[in-house]
Amino acid sequence: MSTRDLTIPVAAPATPWRQRLGTMVPILVLAPSLAASFIYVFVFTLWTLYLSLSNSSLMPTYGFVGLDNYASLWANRRWNIAYTNLFLFSGFYIVGSMAIGLLLAILIDQRVRGEAVWRTIFLYPLAVSFIVTGTVWSWLYNPVDGIQAFVRGLGWTDFSFALTANRNTAIYAVIITGIWQSSGFAMALFLAGLRSVDPDLIKAAQIDGASVSRTYRKVILPTIAPIFLAVAVIQIQFAIKTFDLVAALTRGGPGVSTTFPAIYVYDLMFQRGQIGEGAAAAMMMLAALAVVLVPYSLWIVWRRRTEGRNG
Amino acid sequence: MSALMIRDLHKSYGGLEILAGINLEARTGEFIALVGPSGCGKSTLLAMIAGLETVTSGEIWIGDRLVNSVQPKDRDIAMVFQSYALYPTMTVRQNITFGMESRGVPKAEQAEAVKRVAALLQIEQLLKRKPGQLSGGQRQRVAMGRALVRDPKLFLFDEPLSNLDAKLRVDMRTEIKKLHHRVGKTTVYVTHDQVEAMTLASRIAVMNQGSVQQFDTPKRIYDRPTNMFVAGFMGSPAMNFIPARLTGSTSISVRAADGSDAALALAAPLPAGAPKDVVLGVRPEHIYRFTTDLKSRKPAVESMQAPVELVEPTGAETLAVLRLGDLEITGRFEPDDAPVMGETITLGIDMSRACLFDPATKALL
Ligand SMILES: Nc1ncnc2c1ncn2[C@@H]1O[C@H](COP(=O)(O)OP(=O)(O)OP(=O)(O)O)[C@@H](O)[C@H]1O
Ligand SMILES: [Mg+2]
Repeated sequence: MSTRDLTIPVAAPATPWRQRLGTMVPILVLAPSLAASFIYVFVFTLWTLYLSLSNSSLMPTYGFVGLDNYASLWANRRWNIAYTNLFLFSGFYIVGSMAIGLLLAILIDQRVRGEAVWRTIFLYPLAVSFIVTGTVWSWLYNPVDGIQAFVRGLGWTDFSFALTANRNTAIYAVIITGIWQSSGFAMALFLAGLRSVDPDLIKAAQIDGASVSRTYRKVILPTIAPIFLAVAVIQIQFAIKTFDLVAALTRGGPGVSTTFPAIYVYDLMFQRGQIGEGAAAAMMMLAALAVVLVPYSLWIVWRRRTEGRNG
Repeated sequence: MSALMIRDLHKSYGGLEILAGINLEARTGEFIALVGPSGCGKSTLLAMIAGLETVTSGEIWIGDRLVNSVQPKDRDIAMVFQSYALYPTMTVRQNITFGMESRGVPKAEQAEAVKRVAALLQIEQLLKRKPGQLSGGQRQRVAMGRALVRDPKLFLFDEPLSNLDAKLRVDMRTEIKKLHHRVGKTTVYVTHDQVEAMTLASRIAVMNQGSVQQFDTPKRIYDRPTNMFVAGFMGSPAMNFIPARLTGSTSISVRAADGSDAALALAAPLPAGAPKDVVLGVRPEHIYRFTTDLKSRKPAVESMQAPVELVEPTGAETLAVLRLGDLEITGRFEPDDAPVMGETITLGIDMSRACLFDPATKALL
């Protein structure tokens, strides 16, 4: 239907019609995705919350059992290991990938030759899915045909590198792999931040006689402080959702030493038919995320407000 | 003794020549302005003096030291940037002391220096604030404070006022001038505002396309521009360029609006070997309404007829666009005595203030 068909016969009412259509279109286009995110985020969260308080086993049922599921969850040694692993992993993974990412970004920021090549190389792991990363690294860690076998083959027959074979070190294998995967991502964000710093600031620091390290510590890094927070928040939610990396790398083992909450939830819900307890575990993961994200969003709101006030 | 001396300075990026043989010199305590259109290399030149850009060839002397390969921090300079470049996460006090901290100046001495500079610039009440909480003018002062606290041999300013609104710019201009009188430091000041250059500088270097066109006092630059670029760049409204023919050793003729030729006597004879075709350069303020009284006061005034195409009153003065042959020229008149639109007036052109250029070389004859 062209505009002419509309306007000529009913000249006067045509405009309001089209105006109304104009205002409706964005709403119509957005409505399905809004509805979907509302249902998936809020409705399913509330449903999971309810299930976690119910006696659901193989199928969702609605007999109310209070906090029983939470109690039996926390009584389970495997869950405790999973939850501890989550914090251990998150801590090392976030600090590690940020430190390495920052270091790489600063090195690349020194106007190295072939910058684009380095950037691509470091960013590349991010393009690989966690499943592939996990699988490849599980081969590398494998004592029989991984790095250990390779180095021994070179002649160092005492060399030992079998992180994933040992209960106490397997978690570090996961951490190292996670860091490998995402430091490039941290680097990209930091590099963008470093490049956004006004070059005059660096020149001013140069004239002020500040050394390179002092310029970074006192001038450049404080200026990009918000980027640290953004990177940390993104990494945290990566860490909490860690499922495929562990699934491919260690399958939670040896024993239960690298179990993570996400794996545990999957196990309870779909392998063992304990939907109620699985829902409780999922709620605990949500709590772990909320501990991080709620203060962050409050801080963002607060900052926006103070900025608005200062003009 | 000269505080700054630049000899045959070149700068290229790759194969592209940005500065082509700059020669400049500033005496101790002098205020030098670098002016020129955007992209002519002013900032590059300043950055090279500061040591922030490498020298392709040539020499830079600060005082009696050749500084070509001296680090910026050891050149005994201070710089104020166009963007101010205040450290955003530090307070005003920390901004001012950052350089002294880097150099390991004792705390007590730092406090003393901050006090002195803050009093000089009247920013005492701002010391605890961050740059984000300051107005444009206040930031400008802080940037000056950071430079002043060093007590350097040489001050470098890169368009320090271009981010301020018109009124503040005029105020700060006056303030910089006063400050320079008080502190008396050698200063190199980059601007593309010719009024700033005229009001502040003891000498102006007019640059274009990587070379200095003229380096002289403001008065000489204004009255005797060495070429048509300098003549057109300095002065607002710009100098009128009128094609003319030489009709004798002391007379030229220009085409009037009705197609006839008007003869104008020159105030001084042209040097031998001047081309037949010349360009007459007349500033708008040297165009008058002709009267016999004017002629008796300024004997070099020559007259011709010109219709008035447009009149633009600005309050203090009235600009009139006049037709001459097939070009338009601008004259500046007293509002009380201004011509009206459509009128044909008898112009008086003060030939003693006019310049003649060679249209081929664009150089002053
Ligand atoms: N790093 C660089 N690489 C290549 N060309 C550059 C570089 N820096 C500056 N230029 C070029 O050098 C020329 C002079 O630049 P400069 O910044 O000195 O101009 P400017 O006179 O300060 O102009 P403005 O009034 O706009 O500040 C410009 O043509 C610019 O494109
Ligand atoms: Mg510039």
